[in-house]
Amino acid sequence: MAFDEAKKDFNLIGTRPARPDGIDKVTGRAQFGADKAAPGQLHAAILRSPHAHALIKSIDTSAAEKAKGVKGIVTRADFATGLKGEMWNKLENVMAGEKALYDGHAIAAVAATSALAAKDALKLIKVDFEVLDHVTNVDESMKDGAPVIREGAAGPGTPEGMHPNVVGFYSSGHGDVDAGFADADLVIEDTFTTEATHQGYIEPHACLAQMGKDGKGEVWCCTQGHFNVAKVCGHLLGTEASQIRVTASEIGGGFGGKTEVFIEPVALALAKKTNRPVKLVMSRSEVFRASGPTASASMDIKIGMKKDGTMTAGRGVFRLQGGAFPGAPGTFTAMCAFAPYALENVSQEAYDVMTNRPKQAAYRAPGSPMAAFAVESVVDELCNQLGLDPIEVRLKNASREGSKASFGINWPRIGLVECLEAAKAHPHYSTAIPENGGRGVSCGFWFNHGGETAVSLALAEDGTVSLSVGTPDIGGSRASMCMMAAEELGIKYDDIRTTIADTATLGYNEISHGSRVTYASGLATIEAARDTIKKLCKRAAAKWGIDEDAVYWEDGFAKPSGPNAGEFEPMSLTKIASKMGATGGPIVGHYEATPEGAGVSFAVHIVDAEVDKETGSTSVGRYTVIQDAGKAIHPSYVEGQFQGGAAQGIGWALNEEYIYGEDGRLQNAGFLDYRIPVASDLPMIDTVIVEVPNPGHPYGVRGVGETSICPPLAAIANAVSNAAGVRMKSLPMSPPRILKALDEA
Amino acid sequence: MSQKHKIEVALWGGLKPFADGNDKVEVEAATTGQMLAAVIKKHPALEDHIEAGVSVAVNGRVIASSLTEPIPEGAEVVIIPQLKGG
Repeated sequence: MAFDEAKKDFNLIGTRPARPDGIDKVTGRAQFGADKAAPGQLHAAILRSPHAHALIKSIDTSAAEKAKGVKGIVTRADFATGLKGEMWNKLENVMAGEKALYDGHAIAAVAATSALAAKDALKLIKVDFEVLDHVTNVDESMKDGAPVIREGAAGPGTPEGMHPNVVGFYSSGHGDVDAGFADADLVIEDTFTTEATHQGYIEPHACLAQMGKDGKGEVWCCTQGHFNVAKVCGHLLGTEASQIRVTASEIGGGFGGKTEVFIEPVALALAKKTNRPVKLVMSRSEVFRASGPTASASMDIKIGMKKDGTMTAGRGVFRLQGGAFPGAPGTFTAMCAFAPYALENVSQEAYDVMTNRPKQAAYRAPGSPMAAFAVESVVDELCNQLGLDPIEVRLKNASREGSKASFGINWPRIGLVECLEAAKAHPHYSTAIPENGGRGVSCGFWFNHGGETAVSLALAEDGTVSLSVGTPDIGGSRASMCMMAAEELGIKYDDIRTTIADTATLGYNEISHGSRVTYASGLATIEAARDTIKKLCKRAAAKWGIDEDAVYWEDGFAKPSGPNAGEFEPMSLTKIASKMGATGGPIVGHYEATPEGAGVSFAVHIVDAEVDKETGSTSVGRYTVIQDAGKAIHPSYVEGQFQGGAAQGIGWALNEEYIYGEDGRLQNAGFLDYRIPVASDLPMIDTVIVEVPNPGHPYGVRGVGETSICPPLAAIANAVSNAAGVRMKSLPMSPPRILKALDEA
Repeated sequence: MSQKHKIEVALWGGLKPFADGNDKVEVEAATTGQMLAAVIKKHPALEDHIEAGVSVAVNGRVIASSLTEPIPEGAEVVIIPQLKGG
């Protein structure tokens, strides 16, 4: 879908009205996943593997079944059989089959009359494990002799002769890379690593489920995609998706981690077994051990540059571990790595590698941040050694409309050059670098997404509007949906209430992922409003006795389109709605489609950091985010997404990492030992919204939720490296790593 | 529906071995779905890859999954891995 020209004149778009969910959230009235309760509900707990890799020889639940308060226990035997492919992998992750594949893998679950009784009963379940050798490091997992996670898991195209833990491969590129390197004045080649990090959402996974013996079920849960929950639960429970109605609660953060399904099928299986509602809430430790962190990466980068800053060639090899299942986002890592640069010679390849870790999940622009870290570090080092300005070099080589992307397409209208120009002009860039500090710059790229979307917009007799969307509000989308509907209808923002409808109410809506909601649900909302306007004009035309084509809509009123249409007083939405029962019935606008015009987006970050060379600690002094939003519907939310991505990137760059012991067990499954940034770690994060309209959206919207986490790992690494005087090649740049790098320099 | 016309489809490098060493395939089609079906017919070894999920870029616009998008004559068409996000 392409729109001839993005709308430019707005009444509401670009303003900053109060968020519709604000009062509920500050007063505690908002219902999150764990807030839902049902009469007679049971509480569930999950027994998890203490081993990184083990055969499950037997499970004896007899003693636990007799424990006080216990009403039911489920194991793998209580789920569907005969699943294949993706759904088999999901079931295997939700409840282990023949093997425990990582520390924290679910083995069995208990429902009891209290949470304490359920947890106590877990201790009475006897599991006979045969412990196997394990591997948690991506490079080790690819080596001959590494323990095999699972034979036969490799996807199509995986090169023959590789270790069975390598389950996916991607390669692309163009030109003659070796000739490009030969043409360069300076070539730098190096290896970089990043560790797995968690999305760090504040609300743990939680759900309430009920299911009768007839197979009809209900689920209330915190999720980024309740339609997907219904689909997956249907497969895993052996019933139809339409028989499981899922309602999404308010969500306390997701960032990609709540695109996966972990506990809902377990709660449903227990509910089915006990014929009682079952509530299941993960502890923080369980969230770390058994939900999805991001992938970790090992990457080789080689780039050639001429003395004038022209990049002559780039090559990248990316190895990503995605836990004990296929699906690490190495393909995206490779595709995003050189996306900011118009290279004549480029090649990239990526390997998807399994290890004995929890299955990785998406985390804001999955795969892209680590790619930017590796590539942008080498670009920075080339600039340093050639004495070139890092923004000028990026401008010289920047991808722009019509240039060939590293992964093969010719770019449509994109806003990287505009972002770089805005960065160059920003006061931050011309301010002196603090003494003992360093400045880092980085570009970042993400695709964005459309996806299946259905929206319904219903008028009330008083002229107010109920808008039903199917994408959970993970970043302020209810406000932007209200704004877009109000803009089209010409009514007040406060006269519209947006609800996240359950799975029985709308057609299938893809997950709130891929920065798609403001783009796709927003487009659907605009089209549903336009559908409503057609119906309103038809009612006015009937009242006036003229052709409906002779009526147009403006600022909340139906109006005759000219003198030939007749002389009639404009008729307001409220007036038409007040008589709708007697003039043809309810007025409801719809839109159902898979919008395919999501616009890609680029960002540029500038960071100043200081490094204490005695302690190895880093402080981020100033931070500026410049990003192309296409069109900012509600600028405060857009700025919040920019700042949030930078804040999470600061954590990923400086402190956050999954630490595994020699025994393959996670050593830091809690916020005391897994340190996310707190307010005192963060500077004010300045933002600049660049608006290069996306022709695939009627207002020009591009997704903004993910691109903001693409540049920070690299920008901070460049700032820290320039401050410390030594190139940092491994994340996180925690004090011990910085001190080690300084010692080795 | 518009008439089928000749389209040159670019593949990502990793698909070359499954297209008899070619990085481009010429087919006749008018939509993304017709194009993918024609590519599979010409190179059956690509079926597993395409069925596993691919996206298609038409003149730089990435079409994540739709099989009904029209492909204009003379368009630049590239098959890329299927896109999604977090």
